Amino acid sequence: MLQYILRRLATALVLALLVTFFTFWLLSSSFDGVAANILGPAATSEAIEALQVQLGLDRSVVVQYFDWLGGVLTGDFGNSYFTSEPVAQAVGSRLGVTLSLVLVALAISVVISVALGVLAASRAGAVDRLSQAVSLTGHLFPNLLIAIVLVVVFAVNLGWFPATGYTPLAENPGRWALAITLPVIVLVINGIANMAAQVRGTMIGELQKDYVRTLRSRGVATRSIVYRHALRNAASPALVVMSLEFLSMFGGALIIENVFALPGFGSFAFNSALRGDVPVILGITLFSVLLVVSINLLTDLINGWLNPKARLF
Amino acid sequence: MTATAPLLEIDDLRVAFPGRGFRARPIEVLHGVSLTLGEGEVLGLVGESGSGKTTIGRATLGLVAASGGTIRFQGEDITHAGTAQRRALARDIQVVFQDPYSSLNPALTIEDILSEPLIVQGVTARDARARVLGLLDKVELPKDAGQRLPREFSGGQRQRVAIARALAPGPKLIICDEPVSALDLSTQALVLELLMDIQRETGVSYLFISHDLGVVRHVSHRVAVIYQGDIVETGRAATVTSTPDHPYTRRLLLASPVADPVEQRRRREERHRMALLADGGTPAGQQGDPAGEHDDPNQVSGAVAGWPGPAIRPEA
Amino acid sequence: MSEAQAPETETETEAADTTQRRSAFGRLIRDPQAVITATILVVIVLLGLLAPLLAQHDPNESALSAVNADPGTPGYLLGGDQSGRDIFARLLYSINTSVLSGLIGTSVAVAVGLTFGLIGGYFGGRTRFATEWLFNLIMTFPGLLLLIVLLPVTGGDFRATMLIFGVLLAPGVYRIVRNLTVGARNELYVDAARVSGLSSPRILRRQVMPTVRGPVIISAAFLTGSAIGVQSGLAFLGLGSTEVPSFGAMIADGFRNYYVDPLQFVWPAAFLGVLTSALVLFGNSLRDALAGARPKAQKIAAPSVQAGSPASRGEAGEALVQIEGLSLSYPTPSGGVKEVLSGVSLAIRPGETLGLVGESGSGKSQTAFSVLGLLPPDAVITSGSIRLEGRELLGLRERELIQVRGRAIAYVPQEPMSNLDPSFTIGAQLVEGIRATSGLPRAAAGKRALELLDHVGIPDPKRVFSSYPHQISGGMAQRVLIAGAVASRPRLLIADEPTTALDVTIQAEILDLLRDLQAEMGMAILMVTHNFGVVADICDRIAVMQQGRIVETGEVEAVFRDPQHPYTRMLLDSILDESHVRTDSPVLVAPGAEGPR
Repeated sequence: MLQYILRRLATALVLALLVTFFTFWLLSSSFDGVAANILGPAATSEAIEALQVQLGLDRSVVVQYFDWLGGVLTGDFGNSYFTSEPVAQAVGSRLGVTLSLVLVALAISVVISVALGVLAASRAGAVDRLSQAVSLTGHLFPNLLIAIVLVVVFAVNLGWFPATGYTPLAENPGRWALAITLPVIVLVINGIANMAAQVRGTMIGELQKDYVRTLRSRGVATRSIVYRHALRNAASPALVVMSLEFLSMFGGALIIENVFALPGFGSFAFNSALRGDVPVILGITLFSVLLVVSINLLTDLINGWLNPKARLF
Repeated sequence: MTATAPLLEIDDLRVAFPGRGFRARPIEVLHGVSLTLGEGEVLGLVGESGSGKTTIGRATLGLVAASGGTIRFQGEDITHAGTAQRRALARDIQVVFQDPYSSLNPALTIEDILSEPLIVQGVTARDARARVLGLLDKVELPKDAGQRLPREFSGGQRQRVAIARALAPGPKLIICDEPVSALDLSTQALVLELLMDIQRETGVSYLFISHDLGVVRHVSHRVAVIYQGDIVETGRAATVTSTPDHPYTRRLLLASPVADPVEQRRRREERHRMALLADGGTPAGQQGDPAGEHDDPNQVSGAVAGWPGPAIRPEA
Repeated sequence: MSEAQAPETETETEAADTTQRRSAFGRLIRDPQAVITATILVVIVLLGLLAPLLAQHDPNESALSAVNADPGTPGYLLGGDQSGRDIFARLLYSINTSVLSGLIGTSVAVAVGLTFGLIGGYFGGRTRFATEWLFNLIMTFPGLLLLIVLLPVTGGDFRATMLIFGVLLAPGVYRIVRNLTVGARNELYVDAARVSGLSSPRILRRQVMPTVRGPVIISAAFLTGSAIGVQSGLAFLGLGSTEVPSFGAMIADGFRNYYVDPLQFVWPAAFLGVLTSALVLFGNSLRDALAGARPKAQKIAAPSVQAGSPASRGEAGEALVQIEGLSLSYPTPSGGVKEVLSGVSLAIRPGETLGLVGESGSGKSQTAFSVLGLLPPDAVITSGSIRLEGRELLGLRERELIQVRGRAIAYVPQEPMSNLDPSFTIGAQLVEGIRATSGLPRAAAGKRALELLDHVGIPDPKRVFSSYPHQISGGMAQRVLIAGAVASRPRLLIADEPTTALDVTIQAEILDLLRDLQAEMGMAILMVTHNFGVVADICDRIAVMQQGRIVETGEVEAVFRDPQHPYTRMLLDSILDESHVRTDSPVLVAPGAEGPR
């Protein structure tokens, strides 16, 4: 068990190294512009060159990468070129916004999707048609469109919610809730569209299996068959979709954060990339890779535990 | 051993599959199997699931790799034949699989399915089409069958298509891997009849793999019995399937129910007697009854629990 | 479920499937949703292509006079935006940006995903390991973030961005193709192709591609939608050149200008919405046409009964179960009705073993499941009556049937493995059934389960009790299922081909076990089987079924000795017994006669 986790973590480490190096290498082609960006349009070419040397941008990519890596290993992720803020701190402060958004949205989507999927599969008829309609509707429009329409209708015209801005949960829970309601709705619409259909499909498959008939033949109650047996067997594929949905929400939050002017991870990444803030971009990349890897590992571990055949511990 | 010149000679064949899981040891499923099949001969290979009978066929076809021993076809070593040699062998060695549903590509018409192997052998598309008509006729399918898709046919008809495909290049050897076990009783009899007619007419050899003693007895000149990766008995069909030497074969014979209530009762009693003997611990019983056959459910010993391998047919 | 139990017989199938053989394209053009959405898509694309002809202004041409012009201003059909550009012209040119984005993203995704999916799926081993690793790596890049991170590289050009986005979408296609290819690789037809000497590229092209094509086309429709969505999202953020008109950029402009003129934001939003929803709906229709019927939800319920019983409530006295005039139908896809049982009448006497024999599709399993009330939900009982000790079972609701099942009537299935829930231990599954029928407390039910396991001849009941189904053999699993069935000493045990999936040596043991249990408990057994050897071994009486009817009933010895119905005679004649032994010697055929012509 421990061996398995260690092996997975080692693979993750290699992956993180590769991805960050790849990012670094791709970014290196745009290093020339970075110094000019920092100094602004009035800078002389001497000043730009001097700054490049100061930042170490004149060295080879490999040397720079290992320089950065050395820092990371000692816990130093570098400072932003533009604000001089330490990268770890900068990333951390934006993370709270995005994570609160994504986790709340994911939790709501999972509850609704599982309820809808299970009911649709076991009751058939009207509930089933409703669930399919809901899934399809969620797919019809891009996030951007849903977000914009919600802002226009509920924030601008009706004034029920603040159109923009964010209040941390610790500061004022009520305002926090108001601030994230609309963005969460956008993510939930998408989340349900992706997950409800999958839960429904897996549940239908389970309910048609032979063991369900055998349990029925023994006089076992329908409720136990649906919620104890079929749902338990459907849990594992549902979990995989859930983890993918989490990651896609995390990435997709970018546009929503922008529409609602939330100071989140996505908009931070966007602004840093626009400016060419290399240390910040690398920090963001590294963090994203680690997030993906840990979500995948967690999913695999839970799945291993759910499936007796693959149980590792 | 064979009445005719040997066509296929399998000598000390071993096959091992990689074990499941991290750093698992390979599992050997064939422990040195030797067989000879003559020209124009049908050799029945009978055994239970997990015995390795299908693996012998697949190794001969090059679908699984041998880990030891040799397979010779017409004197030529084909154990580790490469792509080019395999393509040449495709002319001579063909196969009919058990499952007529999985063995025909659902997306291709019958004509495409049958002409594909011919075109690979260098036959022109037009000649191939003409040959397909002949093949359909040979397996007693209607002429217009070529334009249809496999799903429009029943299991028995599909199996006829599979037989036609095997016949297409005019092979010398056809591996028949449980060709009738997925079919209904009456269909099974018809397909077996067809296979035997073709065999008599063309002189093709069959390696006929089955779990069913009755089927094997019906089509084979000689029968080999395989148990847990070893051949335990080989001989003339009539001998092996009525007065077997090896205790396992005897057990197999007694366990196969006959469609005659009176005879079946006699057999059952004989089987129970044999089991009691085995329980009594006579050396013969111990030695000859490898899995420990027991009938009284209250007296079953650990031997049954240790019954090796999955006991579910059909094997893949 | 029921299909697996009853594949059609030789004669039936010939006509059965020809009705379904309409081409996918035929189904597509008969679907109004497909036609409407396809028309919308074509119109939108045409509008984009004809933009230079339809628009009176260049999309980037700004005129002071047109700043925030009202719709209908001459030359400005939909008015002007805050920079004085023609909104109508910008909309038309934005179509091209969207369509091009969709095409680039999708073709890259399909090209990359398809190629690697086929290779990784077919070759396995180290090759698959490499492709899996590569695509896991791609999946690891958080999509949009990567596009953002690479902003300095792409320079924001939407075409370059979509090229990268296509690669990011590729894992979706790769997964689909790889799974289908692995599936096809395990099919015997690929083995047959290899035996025929086909090269790997030819097998991939001729055998594997046809199965992969449909799903890839379907996913392409959805991918195009998401590529367009992402492009507009990025343009909304302000990514890329302001020279390129796009819905996202127009929405951003209109949004900023919302208080001046709300309509400016409505136009591009509406166009984008129509475009993406038409794509998704079209993709949905495409899926219905290419992939056939999607799985339908089915309610767990007692079978529906159309007509009341004919109720000849006489002389049923001695029978345990009396089936009279039972007819059963299923709706067919073409809207008709297919009758699988036509007036079946059958009596099962207490303590006897009745063999119900027939070939596949004869309706023997359907008869058995009718007694249990365990038919697929779309089955309709059109007439007849099934009485258990005088009590009518047809028309009972699921809740009432649950009281009968497991107590009076029990069931032993064909496939031991698939009939055990893989996620629960053997013990847990047995305990649940025992508690459902007896109401015993958990501990007592557990003790009873252990006794039962011991009783059905399982050597180490404690170990099996705490095992999962995959940890025991098939023969062992069948004993477990029998233990579960006899737990509450039923009066009737329905055994549906209980030994067909087992080896003959195991089969003999299971038949012995059933015989012993019957002698001990005095229960009746309805033995559904196609195997006359099994009938000869265990049955007292036999009923022969053919195409939904019972053609002959009688004492086993009498029927074997002197079958009355021609069909029974034909079946008995098909049996290969000891008299069918091959005695001729191998004969060499002259080389010229070899092979078929």
